[in-house]
Amino acid sequence: MAKIQKLRVNGTERAIDADPQSSLLTVLREQLDMTGSKYGCGEGQCGACTVLINGTARRSCITTVGSTEGREITTIEGLEHHGRLHPVQDAFLAEGAALQCAYCASGMIMSAVALLKTNPHPSEQEIAAAMEGNLCRCGTNPRIIAAILRASQAHQEAGA
Amino acid sequence: MRHDPTVSSTLEPERYEFCAPTTHRFELQRRDFFKLLGAGVLIISAVPEAIARQESGARAPQFGEPLPKEISAWLHIGENGVTTVYTGKVEIGQNIRTSLAQAVAEELRFPLERIELVMGDTQLTPYDMGTFGSRTTPTMNLQLRKVSAAARETLLALAAKQWNVDAGGLVASDGKITDPGTKRTVQYADLVRGQQLSQIIPADDPLIPASQWTVEGQSIAKVDARDFVTGKHRYPSDQTAPGMLYGKVLRPPSFGATLVSVDAPSQDFVNDVTFVHDGDFVGVAAASSEAAAQAVAAIHATWKEQPQPSRTELFDYLKNSPVEAKGFEGASRYETGSVDQALASADHRLKQTYHVNYIAHAPLEPRAALAQWSGETLTVWTGTQRPFAVRTELAQALRIPEDRIRVLMPDMGSAYGGKHTGECAVEAARLARAANRPIKLVWTREEEFTWAYFRPAGVIEISGGVGLDGMIAAWEFTNYNSGAAGIRTFYDIPNQRIVFQPTRYPLRQGSYRALAATANHFARESFMDEMAHAVGQDPLEFRLKNLKDERLRAVFQAAAEKFGWGHAQPAVGHGFGIGGGFEKGGNVATCAEVAIDPSTSEVRIVRVVVAFECGAIVNPDNLKSQILGGNVMGIGGALFEAIDFDNGRVLNARFSKYRVPRFSDVPQIDVVLVDRKDLPSTGAGETPLVGLAPAVGNAIFNATGKRIRSLPMAPHGIKSA
Ligand code: FES
Ligand code: FES
Repeated sequence: MAKIQKLRVNGTERAIDADPQSSLLTVLREQLDMTGSKYGCGEGQCGACTVLINGTARRSCITTVGSTEGREITTIEGLEHHGRLHPVQDAFLAEGAALQCAYCASGMIMSAVALLKTNPHPSEQEIAAAMEGNLCRCGTNPRIIAAILRASQAHQEAGA
Repeated sequence: MRHDPTVSSTLEPERYEFCAPTTHRFELQRRDFFKLLGAGVLIISAVPEAIARQESGARAPQFGEPLPKEISAWLHIGENGVTTVYTGKVEIGQNIRTSLAQAVAEELRFPLERIELVMGDTQLTPYDMGTFGSRTTPTMNLQLRKVSAAARETLLALAAKQWNVDAGGLVASDGKITDPGTKRTVQYADLVRGQQLSQIIPADDPLIPASQWTVEGQSIAKVDARDFVTGKHRYPSDQTAPGMLYGKVLRPPSFGATLVSVDAPSQDFVNDVTFVHDGDFVGVAAASSEAAAQAVAAIHATWKEQPQPSRTELFDYLKNSPVEAKGFEGASRYETGSVDQALASADHRLKQTYHVNYIAHAPLEPRAALAQWSGETLTVWTGTQRPFAVRTELAQALRIPEDRIRVLMPDMGSAYGGKHTGECAVEAARLARAANRPIKLVWTREEEFTWAYFRPAGVIEISGGVGLDGMIAAWEFTNYNSGAAGIRTFYDIPNQRIVFQPTRYPLRQGSYRALAATANHFARESFMDEMAHAVGQDPLEFRLKNLKDERLRAVFQAAAEKFGWGHAQPAVGHGFGIGGGFEKGGNVATCAEVAIDPSTSEVRIVRVVVAFECGAIVNPDNLKSQILGGNVMGIGGALFEAIDFDNGRVLNARFSKYRVPRFSDVPQIDVVLVDRKDLPSTGAGETPLVGLAPAVGNAIFNATGKRIRSLPMAPHGIKSA
């Protein structure tokens, strides 16, 4: 089986050495030491491992590295640009208590970024529906919805 | 016994997973501190007996003499303008790193962003039994405030000496001291330059009263929040070390199985995989977690299995297997008046049985550890609520002295009472010793669902006698196995018999957020509802009639008012319910509205109002989050979470099979905070959730006339319940 030798992550080509069947999450964490994407279940049920692939939210734990060839992967580490956080990250900070243990936060933020791309001004119900695949065991769900609403408003104010 | 701060002050019953308490061991010398921390001012908080012993010599402790061993925390103000606080408490998502820093900022009058907390590092922080039981706010918060107040006084005295003025006229604020008369100011950092001042604090430092708090009592965002939204924070499972390998342990096919034989692994994985076999312990170390998993899958092992009880017989098993147990698991019995007589003569008699299934904590970050040996010393980074207890576990398992082990606890992906033990740390350390390399071991979700411990299942029987006037005359309450926390009734009942009966139990069990208070409140508050209906009274009115305690009455009234109890009527297919109680110094009342889907009979919680009072509020925003979080989490145990098991195997050890609350399950939750600045602050991580299950159950009854006496109440709607 030919190994996969490179991955495009956060705008940079990174050298890896992985079986095509390897999980993207494992490769990100173990080969590239990008530990912002988290393991929570390994079966696509919790969303802790969410990354963007060509702009769409994907569960990296059940995504094989082979399937990402030639695609652009964005992880939580890649949201910040020149020291400026993504509006969703800012909103999670502003809605401070949305973070309890925050282990779910990177997956939540990535899912929210993807949501706001396709639906810049979602209703609370639309947010809840879009985030259904992301678990927060600390139960900060109402705060997370508030954070995403806040991000969508910031978006609006910025005239985006 | 109500509101008695000595009740459940350190350990409570049913901490099943706890082993014998560790002896306090702390051998740092005063000079070691300054070597470690640099010049500055050092304030140490020691438990009262230790101070008394030192003070009985009627002299100030001398430089270089050993410190009292029972230290709870210390604080150091350095020349670099940073204040460092050391505490054995750990951050598990309850944001005490923030609330404790707030306490220090308040008393020290020091900028929050220059306060650093070193937490849960067995080498650097004082011994601590563990972070559990909602004890951090009432104890550590108070101690740090005292330490910080003492530091402030020391700095004021230093400045007064320098300027040759009276300290009473000086003002400390924002990390500097000002003389209002001359407008001179000096930074703390400059004051402490070159100093090696240390002090063990006297017990009576004046504290700023809650009504004058400026930093405490405010909503402050998580102190290092930016690291969490950028993915930079390293949780236990994110730790790495040079040369690190990944570990994996071979698990038995069922609980209680013993290893009969294991085949030597075939040659091709011997090359890059280390195979470890030591007694019943079999595991591997490999260059990646996938390679480790493949290697374990390739091992051929034979196990001898033991027949194990299954879930279908769970409640009969518990009911019929009483045991004599001691210590944390021991039986308890409370009796007053003459219950049998009062029951016999009551106008209405009711008797019901309630069931509570096993549930799992399922913290989003499973157990994880990185173990590294250097010669005969061991360092382990691991996610635990009890780093010092894990050190003891490691010492026992590896047969090395504790002083050769350092356990560090990076802020972790939560626990909810589920990470009191160190099994993953021990496994990583064993693999690391055999492989002679640092080993990281992260449990899979299936392992976490199977080999961690569970919230105990239980059977609760209640008999009650109530008069036509709605006064409860007799109360008999027996809890089998689930636990004694929150077992006593807070209603004023003249005749009571309350028993906790330990039993044999089929699954490994232990602490879970709020312990058995959830089960006991569910049964008690459901039964209260049944009695209210038996005498034809409004459930709230009936409760208040039988309740004298002012604090609890206040939260019941606050919740009812916010909810509109007694005013609005539920829509068709909807129902209202109420429940509440008292535990760990906190008072809670919960009102819930549910809606039943007519076709599926699924229960949806539409709205919840939680009124909570835990004394003076330290950080309202974070408190609100704790209350929201507890209630969201509580939805799972109330409606659908249950561990399914058969003959020693967990059948639903995945999120795809074990349903936990998701966004669509979360109702509108209104939190009413009752701030009592005149009362000491108590913890809030647990109690706020105990009213939810009974409020929801009572609402289901209100909607359908169907009484559900088993948790979870509606795993597949209420038809099947
Ligand atoms: S770890 Fe990928 S969805 Fe849970
Ligand atoms: S904050 Fe802990 S899992 Fe979401």
